[in-house]
Amino acid sequence: MWDRNQMAARAAQELEDGMYVNLGIGIPTLVANYVGDKDITLQSENGMLGMGPFPTENEIDPDLINAGKQTITELARTSYFDSATSFGMIRGGKIAAAILGAMEVAENGDLANWMIPGKLVKGMGGAMDLVAGVGRVVVVMDHTNKHGDSKVLRECTLPLTGKGVVDRIITNLGVLDVVEGGLKIVECADGVTEDELRNATEATIV
Amino acid sequence: MKKVYTTAAEALDGLLFDGMQIAAGGFGLCGIPELLIAAIRDAGTKDLTVASNNAGVDDFGLGLLLQTRQVKKMISSYVGENAEFMRQYLSGELELEFNPQGTLAERMRAGGAGIPGFYTKTGVGTVIAEGKEVKEFDGEDYILERGIVADLAIVKAWKADDTGNLVFRKTARNFNPPAAMCGKICVAEVEEIVPRGSLDPDKIHLPGIYVHRLIQGDHEKRIEQRTIREA
Repeated sequence: MWDRNQMAARAAQELEDGMYVNLGIGIPTLVANYVGDKDITLQSENGMLGMGPFPTENEIDPDLINAGKQTITELARTSYFDSATSFGMIRGGKIAAAILGAMEVAENGDLANWMIPGKLVKGMGGAMDLVAGVGRVVVVMDHTNKHGDSKVLRECTLPLTGKGVVDRIITNLGVLDVVEGGLKIVECADGVTEDELRNATEATIV
Repeated sequence: MKKVYTTAAEALDGLLFDGMQIAAGGFGLCGIPELLIAAIRDAGTKDLTVASNNAGVDDFGLGLLLQTRQVKKMISSYVGENAEFMRQYLSGELELEFNPQGTLAERMRAGGAGIPGFYTKTGVGTVIAEGKEVKEFDGEDYILERGIVADLAIVKAWKADDTGNLVFRKTARNFNPPAAMCGKICVAEVEEIVPRGSLDPDKIHLPGIYVHRLIQGDHEKRIEQRTIREA
């Protein structure tokens, strides 16, 4: 089974030299630690390309935050722009990939990651725009919830963030692709058998 | 053409009325028009509809107008940082219209650019699409979203000249330019008003045509998530 860092490292393999990429909050943020020598430009949808690491105490700048409202730094390649321009490049398909967390993913690529009715009303932020617009959507999440129920489903039960938008799912148990008719196992995590992966998955595996 | 005012209250004089719609710049607490928000609280204007990506935190930014129950409705993409907001929303005291972040930004930009509606694929097949026209272009579905034209825009910039040309700083730009554009009247607060001619015309982020009134003031610039690495 993969831990959070191993999932992030596996997700980093999805990125290719020269890509402009948007990373979501949580495990996706850790992906930046594993890009190695690849020339990757990170977008922060609040209006920045070329997101740098967290600042040192002396570098903290209240005018420089990421989409998770965390203080960050700029790089030599950095550019800033307004929110309309930022989502123009997202909807316009200029961002090659988004790596996002999820509450549920379905076998047809439906994604739910913004709302639990009657419980959590925080908002979708930029997630709906990202999944509708970017070239490739990779979901990184735990395969099951804390009750042990599969989060990889035949159909999502929660309100959708996007319909038929997910390309690849990376979980603590392995990697699955959304294909015609269901999900296809790409690989199993270290120490996980194909049977274990199938048993933890409610969705149709083809 | 006098654009420069002394205080936030003076800059807002005659512009506020109950039931008005206000577009506000800022993302989280970054680049928010904190002085103008405080002045609207002090003015006591009620039943506001506020289009802003976020709703501030309990005791800062737009959260101040929630505390005083001056807001009737928010149009936002994310409100997770504000407990008072959640309480008022869940108890039915506050209306909320969730907009995807890019849709909200484009609604402001479009409204300011004379475009009353536009089609986007964001939100197709989700609750956001409910009740909206769907149109197919080149085999793909898009939904119709409306431009926003607000009675008043309040924005924050780094520098301005006295003609209202604005320069923003880093990610504090965010929603400020589209919010400014969609206001029938726009009031901007800046950290420094510099003499005419001292801003490079090639580096103006928002031309002064969009900015009608202007104040200079001191900003708290509160940080929401202070994340650091070891030096």
